[in-house]
Amino acid sequence: MTASMTGIVGYGAYLPYWRLDRAAIGAALGAGGAKGFRSVASFDEDTTSMAVEASRRAITAAGEGYTPYAVWFSTTVPAYLDKTNATAIHAALGLPSSAGAYDAIGGLRSGLGAMKVAGTSTMLGVVSDVRTGLPGGADEAAGGDASVAMCFGKSSGDGHEPIAVEIGGAAAVAEFTDRWRTPGESTSRQWEERFGEQAYLPLAEEAVAAALKGADLEPSDLDHVIVTGLHARAVRSAPRACGLDPSTVVDDLTAEIGNTGAAHWALVLADVLDRAGPDQTIAVVVLADGVDVRLWRTTGAITSYRDRHAVPTVREQIDATRTDLDYARFLTWRGFLHREPPRRPEPDRPASPPSLRTHDWKFGLVGSRDETGFVHLPPARVSMGSGAVDRMEPVRMADTPATIATFTIDRLAYSMSPPVVAAVVDFDGGGRFQCELTDVDPDAVKIGDRVEMTFRRLYTVDGIHNYFWKARPAATGHEIGTGKGN
Amino acid sequence: MASHGIRDKVAIVGLGCTNFGEHWDKSTDDLLIDASNDALASAGVALDDVDAFWLGTMGSGLSGMTLSRPLKIDHKPVTHVENYCATGSEAFRNACYAVASGAYDVVMAIGVEKLKDSGYMGLVVPSPAHDGTGSQLTAPASFSFLAPAYAEKYGVDPQEMKDVMTRIAWKNHRNGALNPRAQFRKEVPKETIACSPLVAGPLGIFDCSGVSDGSAAAIIVRAEDAHRYTDHPVYVKALSFVAGPATGPIDPSYDYTSFTEVVRSAEDAYQQAGITDPRAELAMAEVHDCFTPTELVLMEDLGFAERGFGWKEVLAGTFDLDGELPVNPDGGLKSFGHPIGASGLRMLFECWTQLRGEAGERQIASVAAGKTKALTHNLGGGPGACVSFVSVVGSEPDA
Repeated sequence: MTASMTGIVGYGAYLPYWRLDRAAIGAALGAGGAKGFRSVASFDEDTTSMAVEASRRAITAAGEGYTPYAVWFSTTVPAYLDKTNATAIHAALGLPSSAGAYDAIGGLRSGLGAMKVAGTSTMLGVVSDVRTGLPGGADEAAGGDASVAMCFGKSSGDGHEPIAVEIGGAAAVAEFTDRWRTPGESTSRQWEERFGEQAYLPLAEEAVAAALKGADLEPSDLDHVIVTGLHARAVRSAPRACGLDPSTVVDDLTAEIGNTGAAHWALVLADVLDRAGPDQTIAVVVLADGVDVRLWRTTGAITSYRDRHAVPTVREQIDATRTDLDYARFLTWRGFLHREPPRRPEPDRPASPPSLRTHDWKFGLVGSRDETGFVHLPPARVSMGSGAVDRMEPVRMADTPATIATFTIDRLAYSMSPPVVAAVVDFDGGGRFQCELTDVDPDAVKIGDRVEMTFRRLYTVDGIHNYFWKARPAATGHEIGTGKGN
Repeated sequence: MASHGIRDKVAIVGLGCTNFGEHWDKSTDDLLIDASNDALASAGVALDDVDAFWLGTMGSGLSGMTLSRPLKIDHKPVTHVENYCATGSEAFRNACYAVASGAYDVVMAIGVEKLKDSGYMGLVVPSPAHDGTGSQLTAPASFSFLAPAYAEKYGVDPQEMKDVMTRIAWKNHRNGALNPRAQFRKEVPKETIACSPLVAGPLGIFDCSGVSDGSAAAIIVRAEDAHRYTDHPVYVKALSFVAGPATGPIDPSYDYTSFTEVVRSAEDAYQQAGITDPRAELAMAEVHDCFTPTELVLMEDLGFAERGFGWKEVLAGTFDLDGELPVNPDGGLKSFGHPIGASGLRMLFECWTQLRGEAGERQIASVAAGKTKALTHNLGGGPGACVSFVSVVGSEPDA
């Protein structure tokens, strides 16, 4: 039944390196905070850069040769308006110009819609969010940051087998003002909590019942029930209201990493797929200005997919991280604490014409390799060894692991999170590159450490985000590679 | 490389140098007027006697009018020169060639930089529009790669390495304490240097040269005319300048323990000057001590110490004011700061002063002992990607 259907052929979750202990909020402010942790995008990350990281993982997991026809990107916190954000993701993945790139931004439920569209063909859907609130408020503590990407496709005979296919779904939409944020605001507001709960629950009942009926399923047929939404109270009440078995409702991870907004349902789904067996039924119930329900069934391919274990699981990312982020640093990164800058000039904005000319380098980390095999980073026209002109081939380095040749800690350089750790890294197979290290403890860096490249937002000047690559300590056991080398 | 040089074809007959420091009360114009007047007086010539000018500045002005306007130079050629931290030396080099070519009789090379007006810490280098992918490293961070690399390669333990760096800073400040033109004119205890706050890698504040304003100028004539201006001219023996291919940052074989550009420019300069044993033949050297590990590596690149032994020579005092080969007897960039366009000419000012025996209480003994040649060196950029200048000047024409 499932072999000819389009389904998920690979997925990748990206949780940023940092966690904030919610107790740190209460300790600093004398009020607020809570138990547990929330995930925190670093100062050099945004929804676009995290989406690149999740997408690289999804494409790696999908296997060699997977190239989507289009990228569908969704977030409630877009890095740009007017300008498409998915194009930066497209560029960082090194996709052909013929592949589409589309944003679905603003509302939380857009993520579900974007993923639904992506799921109709060989396309990549990616949801990403950076959630916060005013210092001391519930949203600040309850929020989280993450991105999840899913590669969709049909059984191709070349190794891309759907591991889960959609078997049904339903929606119950309503217009009511429970949570809102006007453009330009960095935090959202919410109506009195009990209003939202009573608005959501009948919609949840309606959508769940319709979805089950459409798929000819009973609640007892569901192996995993995922319920997410920004209205925590309604999310908690919904399973019972819908007549779902509480024992099938999965942990929504909010205690450990917070509610990651538009990315959250996909993150919990990724966690379920990380451990689900074949032929299991998964219901995804998303409460966002109405309720959407989607039903998935895993296939037999999930076993071999998981055996490949090509990218880190959600659980691995939750477990292996730093939980000692200082609250003041968190506030600084999110723009709520304006710290004295170093007495150094701000960097210049990246200029558009050179950024377009070096598009493959800037976004895809594509260098050039000469006839002797010497890799030039950035790409050069003239060979370092022979002086030969224009006898180069492009070589993508973004997915190649590297080793730290030397490094230094720059306490003078302009940074939102000093000190800057700069390293000279040697790529496996050739190529030397000097770049910044990120997600790193400056005191723990050593020559010889293994690193992998990560797409980051270096800085923003005049509203132009300067995206480029940094290195970070390699995730043990997983080396990024999309198999899309030029 | 066909580098024929112009040994003994031109001579310096006058030099001027302002005090270096935080000149809140002086503009770029003021500094240029002061340095040029000093140089003219030193040579005993008037502004009208100068046929052409080379002005070195990296960021304090554009075009020759940066000099012609304040000096009211009357419709004469003024060339603006920029070559990173070798800017002042580059103005001098091109001015010398103009005289050697026969195009002019009397020329001035002048360098200036007004750094303190920017309001920023450290050096700020303007850049053309870019794609945002270039290195954001500051200069101290870039040069800080040298110290651990050198220590690793030659088995120097980190504490010994710190002692070596500290001794270089201590030595240069000690020399600068004797120099009325220096920005910092007092000795600094080794403990203060060693414990100064870190700026980048192992480099503390005292491992970095200062930021200052200053200007210096030289009057250059044909060698055969030199005695018309002074009884003690200083002859140009060698001028070498190289721009490297900037491959260090992309070349895995580059190990951050040498500046190949310096090695090459030194070889060229020694060949031009006929020097075979620089350590024995030179009376002194003024080198580009932008950061303490830079001076250490330069001792080897310039051939003053065997590879891997420079650190021992530093600790042994070989390059002290009373050592075998005094290095930076005027106090170096450490004591003067580094007003980019002025530094190279400031170094020549010290050679001029020492070779003529006019250095007072910091006069080096090697001159009285009969050594007649001095070296200046500048580099601009960073390890693996820089420009380098080496000159040799001498108080006697070679036979």
